[in-house]
Amino acid sequence: MTHTRRLRLKTIPLIVISIILGPLGNVFLGKAMKSAGSLTSGRILDLVPIASRILTSSYIWLGVACLLGFFIVHMLLLTWADYSYVQPATSLSYVSITMLSYFILGEVISPLRWLGVSVICLGVFVVGRTSPSTTGQPKRA
Amino acid sequence: MKGIGEVHDFSPKSILSFVLQSLRLPWMWLGIALMSLGFFSLLTILSFQEVSLVVPVSALSYAAGAFGAKAFLGESVSRNRWIGIAVVCLGVTIVWWSRR
Repeated sequence: MTHTRRLRLKTIPLIVISIILGPLGNVFLGKAMKSAGSLTSGRILDLVPIASRILTSSYIWLGVACLLGFFIVHMLLLTWADYSYVQPATSLSYVSITMLSYFILGEVISPLRWLGVSVICLGVFVVGRTSPSTTGQPKRA
Repeated sequence: MKGIGEVHDFSPKSILSFVLQSLRLPWMWLGIALMSLGFFSLLTILSFQEVSLVVPVSALSYAAGAFGAKAFLGESVSRNRWIGIAVVCLGVTIVWWSRR
């Protein structure tokens, strides 16, 4: 098995996991916050019941766990993969979060919003493809 | 992070020393404080706005990062990167228009 093929075998599943785990974490945070109540009041006293609802909601801990998992997977990836390889892949996470918020949260995604998300995804991809200015040796690919 | 220097080995001991070293830098505390503020702001907005609106709009952090890197870290940002950031901002604007 060539070196590249072996690398791809461990890199691509991790990238797929990170594209799902990060957005999933955010979706769970959203679900937790919606169930806790709207934080639009400016009075400090109103925050107490909401804060207790947040801390006892299982979704918030699920969300934090997913985000932590995403962080770990992402850091792991970056120990061997080039940032310029990983970064464009994460552009897909914007599409992923939109799909997850439709399927899990039941949010209505208008065609205009899909267009905006696609444009963001494209922009993030372009940013990722510009090489980070490195002065040191190139990483072992 | 650039002040501490590149991390070469990932043993638990050296990771711990890297973390402890970073905590001695005042910029680190400012960074942690601002990221915490960002996280709580995210939670607050999520309590009354849709996730599919909030997270795409948070892509503006790419623009903020580029301006910040130029202003605070003296990094030079390539023209292609600015073009990519402009595309991201356009996308954010479109998503913003789609809100109800």
